[in-house]
Amino acid sequence: MKKTLLALSISCLTLNASSAIANVDDMADKGYEIAARSDRSDRGFIDSQVSLSMTLKNAAGMTNTRTLNVSTYEDMDEEVGDKSLIIFKSPADIDGTALLSHAKILDPDNQWLYLPALKRVKRISSVNKSGPFVGSEFAFEDLTASELNKYDYHYLRSETCGELQCDVVERIPKYEHSGYKKQISWIDQSVFQIRKIEFYDRKGDLLKTLNMENFKEYPGHIWRAHVFNMDNHQSGKSTQLNYSEYQFKTGMKERDFVKKSLSRRH
Amino acid sequence: MKQWLLFMIVGALSFLDVAWGEELFFRGQVASQWRYFSDDAQYKEQFNGAQLSFSFKPEFYYESDKNNHFSFVPFLRIDERDYQRTHADLREAYWLHIEDDWQLLMGINQVFWGVTESRHLVDIINQTDTIENFDGEDKLGQAMFNFSLQKDWGDIDLLVLPGFRQATWSGKRGRLRLPLTVEENETEFEAGNKEHHIDMAARYSNTIDDWDFGLYYFNGTDREARFRVNETGDHFIAQYDQIQQIGTDIQYTHDAWLLKFEGIHQEGRYDTFAAIVSGFEYTFYQVNESAVDVGLLAEYLYDGRDSDFNKAPPTLTENDLFIGTRIAWNDVNDRSVIAGVMIDLDDQSTLLSIEYEQRLDNFWSIEMEGRWFTDIDKKNTLTIFKQDSHILFNLIRYF
Repeated sequence: MKKTLLALSISCLTLNASSAIANVDDMADKGYEIAARSDRSDRGFIDSQVSLSMTLKNAAGMTNTRTLNVSTYEDMDEEVGDKSLIIFKSPADIDGTALLSHAKILDPDNQWLYLPALKRVKRISSVNKSGPFVGSEFAFEDLTASELNKYDYHYLRSETCGELQCDVVERIPKYEHSGYKKQISWIDQSVFQIRKIEFYDRKGDLLKTLNMENFKEYPGHIWRAHVFNMDNHQSGKSTQLNYSEYQFKTGMKERDFVKKSLSRRH
Repeated sequence: MKQWLLFMIVGALSFLDVAWGEELFFRGQVASQWRYFSDDAQYKEQFNGAQLSFSFKPEFYYESDKNNHFSFVPFLRIDERDYQRTHADLREAYWLHIEDDWQLLMGINQVFWGVTESRHLVDIINQTDTIENFDGEDKLGQAMFNFSLQKDWGDIDLLVLPGFRQATWSGKRGRLRLPLTVEENETEFEAGNKEHHIDMAARYSNTIDDWDFGLYYFNGTDREARFRVNETGDHFIAQYDQIQQIGTDIQYTHDAWLLKFEGIHQEGRYDTFAAIVSGFEYTFYQVNESAVDVGLLAEYLYDGRDSDFNKAPPTLTENDLFIGTRIAWNDVNDRSVIAGVMIDLDDQSTLLSIEYEQRLDNFWSIEMEGRWFTDIDKKNTLTIFKQDSHILFNLIRYF
């Protein structure tokens, strides 16, 4: 009899625990679905070209500007990342410097840096994606990390965000060298775009907030934000990205994203 | 060669004339450089103290369409103390035609091969503009036909190199020179057609996962010269031999590690030898939760060439160890420093060097360098520069 009671209470415990797990699983599934719907909303963009200016502001309000051109080549396989080529235009001392990335999902990307002064292409270590990108408040992983399978997800809640209704999804980087313990993203329910992200540092403290604005729909129901505001709450610095008009399906080929293409100036 | 050069210049200028449109890019830099030698000169004609010079490098680049690019980059330095260092060069003047999986470049260009930091052993296409900087990283433009093929199984580069360029050397008054000046007009070549010998190179390179590697064969005029003293004993005559060289460069990139190897095997007129540079770079990222990255570098250098200058060109790195550090602040001004020490493992002769650079604003930046020759053994090749420790400031205005 005692045994039965014990067995019963164990099964009760198991039941409770498994329903809690089921609930966690549900929230994870829901979070993943929301993120996947958002990530897949621009599938088939094929390739894109855009130029952007990056305005760095320190705590005293002094500003510095960089301009760069970004070309991206889509890889339809969600287990493989996109290819991208970033060419710096200003400040003048880095004009012509180029960064080629073959993104991977969980492993470090393959990256090559082109130094025009020496005409040298250098394969560089890419484990560190959490350092400042050209002195800005953006880390390299903030610029490239929208790949779906880089995170585990957890649905938190739904709430209004400006004029829209948003799903709030926590995402936990699976990439071991990420600079973040977690991120909280706001994804709207009408066109499924990420509107805002809070970044929490490795200690779990709020580090930065990114707000995305000036959304525009391009042919093929592809949405892009054109203004990104990143505020660092710990340093008081901020960086604003202003994107030009995007060009899609420009006819670039995968061969435009190889080492050799770095030395062709753009 | 001279005619061809003239043809290139005229061609480049005429396209600039017609092509001043949207797709023409113009940029460049002017710089003033101040070099200071703290020790008295070793050779009696050399200047002491400071050396001021100016350089000018405009860059014109034109894309007539996606498949055809043109480049024109002249370079000029004017030096106050060393008349030989006042020199001009065409760094680039080419037409590049691009197709899906191949490209053809015709004209003058610079090609860099290699992975290591302390010595650019496998880099052979361009002659070194020796008088520009002691580090040998400045190169003279080289006329070439460069056909490149990019396939899934790797890249092939075929180069035909008409017109050999002699290395540049300091004048009598200049610092960082050989014990005697080099008389360019008396240069001797093994090849019967002298500097008109057409050199050839072929290279295969590829990336497989964490590995980047290249393998090449070069047949032609050695970029390095042997030296002999002329009959009256007052200057050197450079002698350029024909060589056959195979070279390989390999880099393994994993986590914060870069493992590097460069090796050559050279068959020359009087000597056959091998040389290697191999080592690593490891980076500590965001040290102490700051934005600063600190890299540690170590490279071993070996060169098995004959130490008799009559048999093989002189080298500074026969059995040496380089240990250094690279620090990048990753701040708005991109401050960075690379410092290192090269030690001869046979006689402990030591070369210390430090290079610092930072941006001042959108159009200005500054570079500082220091090189110190210490404990130089009398028999070490470096002994010819033992009084030439110096610091250098380069103030650059980009436009």
